[in-house]
Amino acid sequence: MYYLLKQIAKTGIKTEAPPHTDEALRVVQQRLRTEILGLFGGSLAIREVDAGSCNGCELEIHMLGNPYYNLESLGMKFVASPRHADMLLVTGPVSRNMEVALQRTYDATPDPKLVVAVGDCGCTGGVFGESYASCGRVANVIPVDVAVPGCPPTPFALLQGILTAISAGTQR
Amino acid sequence: MALEGLRLAMTAMPGAVPAWHTRVEPARLQDLAREVQGRGGRLAALWGTDERERGAGFALQAAFVVEASLVWMEVPLAADRPCYPNLADIYPCANRMQRALRDLLGIEAEGAIDARPWLRHGAWPADAYPLRRDVPADRTWSNGIEPYPFVQVEGDGVHEIPVGPVHAGIIEPGHFRFSIVGEKVLRLEERLGYVHKGIDKRFESLDISGGARLAGRISGDSTVASSWAYAMAAESIAGITPPPRGLWLRALALERERIGNHLGDLGYLGNDGGLAFGLAQFMRLKEDVVRLNAETFGHRYLMDVVVPGGIARDCDRAGIEAVLAQCTALEGELRVLRDIYDDHAGLQDRFLTCGILDPELAAKLSVIGLAGRASGQAWDARVAPSFEPYDRLAVNMKLARAGDVAARVALRFDEILESIRLIRAIAEGMPGGEIASALPAGLTGRGIGWVEGWRGEFIVALELAGDRVGRCHAHDPSWQNWPALEHAVIGNIVPDFPLINKSFNLSYSGQDI
Repeated sequence: MYYLLKQIAKTGIKTEAPPHTDEALRVVQQRLRTEILGLFGGSLAIREVDAGSCNGCELEIHMLGNPYYNLESLGMKFVASPRHADMLLVTGPVSRNMEVALQRTYDATPDPKLVVAVGDCGCTGGVFGESYASCGRVANVIPVDVAVPGCPPTPFALLQGILTAISAGTQR
Repeated sequence: MALEGLRLAMTAMPGAVPAWHTRVEPARLQDLAREVQGRGGRLAALWGTDERERGAGFALQAAFVVEASLVWMEVPLAADRPCYPNLADIYPCANRMQRALRDLLGIEAEGAIDARPWLRHGAWPADAYPLRRDVPADRTWSNGIEPYPFVQVEGDGVHEIPVGPVHAGIIEPGHFRFSIVGEKVLRLEERLGYVHKGIDKRFESLDISGGARLAGRISGDSTVASSWAYAMAAESIAGITPPPRGLWLRALALERERIGNHLGDLGYLGNDGGLAFGLAQFMRLKEDVVRLNAETFGHRYLMDVVVPGGIARDCDRAGIEAVLAQCTALEGELRVLRDIYDDHAGLQDRFLTCGILDPELAAKLSVIGLAGRASGQAWDARVAPSFEPYDRLAVNMKLARAGDVAARVALRFDEILESIRLIRAIAEGMPGGEIASALPAGLTGRGIGWVEGWRGEFIVALELAGDRVGRCHAHDPSWQNWPALEHAVIGNIVPDFPLINKSFNLSYSGQDI
């Protein structure tokens, strides 16, 4: 226990400042009311769905939890069920074998909800495109609010996308 | 020459690894497969090709590893009845590969007991074969989910837990069907294929460099290994060897990929064992590694760094110094963290004797890579056959025989330390000069690549026709290792499954292709 505590003390606090929002990532205008966004902003529950990714995006999504980005210090956490989620973080391309599972996950997520499509494949289909096995981008299967490009997008870019999704942006 | 006495006319394939190509009649396939097994060899990969445009039928393509060589057997099959003798009775790992082959190409293993589809979940009908050459690349079918008959376990108090495809954590999709009594797992059956993206078909519409990008995205966490194997295959066709500096830099990238992935696994293994401290510490170290990757190679996970002909970006002296400094820092941190893991009674209680895969079963299932080495299977392509620069570095292969989670954890620590040693040797011996050579134009032919990634060996079989990819099959080691997980979990309690699964850490994307 002594060495464990010593290691924690030696490591110190590594957490860096979070990014600013970026309106360029928004796909559709903010649909949610400011009051709801305020609630989300205080405590956002995210369900990650790998809908066909090469697992590169998952590597970076995992990194969001490391001490440098420290997602949970921003009031955000990954939850185990879509029923507990405010936001779906979806990587793609959506494989045809995951099409129904993604649709059902979306349906199981209570309203109001937000969807962030992750990675070049989630945004456009990427190197896999559309085929007998791939539906292409996430927006081809479920509605998307914010899309974060990159192969894979860095944790910083992911955080920017998530923060943009819950910011008021240009409200109607 | 490998397989002397088999009375096979074999052609040596040029390239970085010893590989032989031969044609085998279907009637001889089983005998040869047994012969390979008798010599301590194993089935490495199974795929198929549509040869009808060339006036033939189809062909089964099988790669065996025997006596530190790769033997590529091509088995011609009739166009109207493309059947070959079942290999799954000799090599159980052939089962899923054979089913995938039938789903994609419509070539059938005669006498196979398991006739269920594998990659086909209903996105295309049973009588359509998307990988056939006469099926256009943009052809799609309506998507209908078909029921899948899992093996039922019956008895008093037996019930099933279905898990997935969407899992509770941030992991890839797949379905696990547990048959349990109380907390004890009687049987686990995996159903994969959810992230099947039609990669083999996609390759056929790409040129060499487009193919290289795709090859780097078979399984994102093994991008260096798969793109090196692809590049090796392309270079084998071109008959060129990249400049030494390019090869040494590739090895530097491959070892850094190994370190990064092992660090992440050690963190999650601690976390799944109830020690969140481990996750925070190891993920911090992994972040340091990937940040330095971005600085020295331009990409956090080293995607598109290995290209056919060499490597895309040089690493200057300052970069090498930074890498060496990180090795020193990492070595110190690892020593502290390993002691903490080893001394933590709660963690060791979870690790020891959990998820045992004994060496005998591991051999029968052809388990390879890290999981294989933790169960006494001494396979490492960096050691045998070895290839430049590993032939100059003399990799020390780490082995364990316990085959439990603790062995797979210990091996990860050992392998990181060995990779640190290798990186120091690479930095010391790094040749100067060019980092890549140009590939000649109009490349046609076939080649093979074989590289030991962090999870295990990656094999890429490539056929080029006038600089276009004619056919490409990339084989991820997860094909062999997924079935072993079903065995390792038997008799354990359900809450230990995530820990056992993580200790194997297999790729869904790599096997679903």
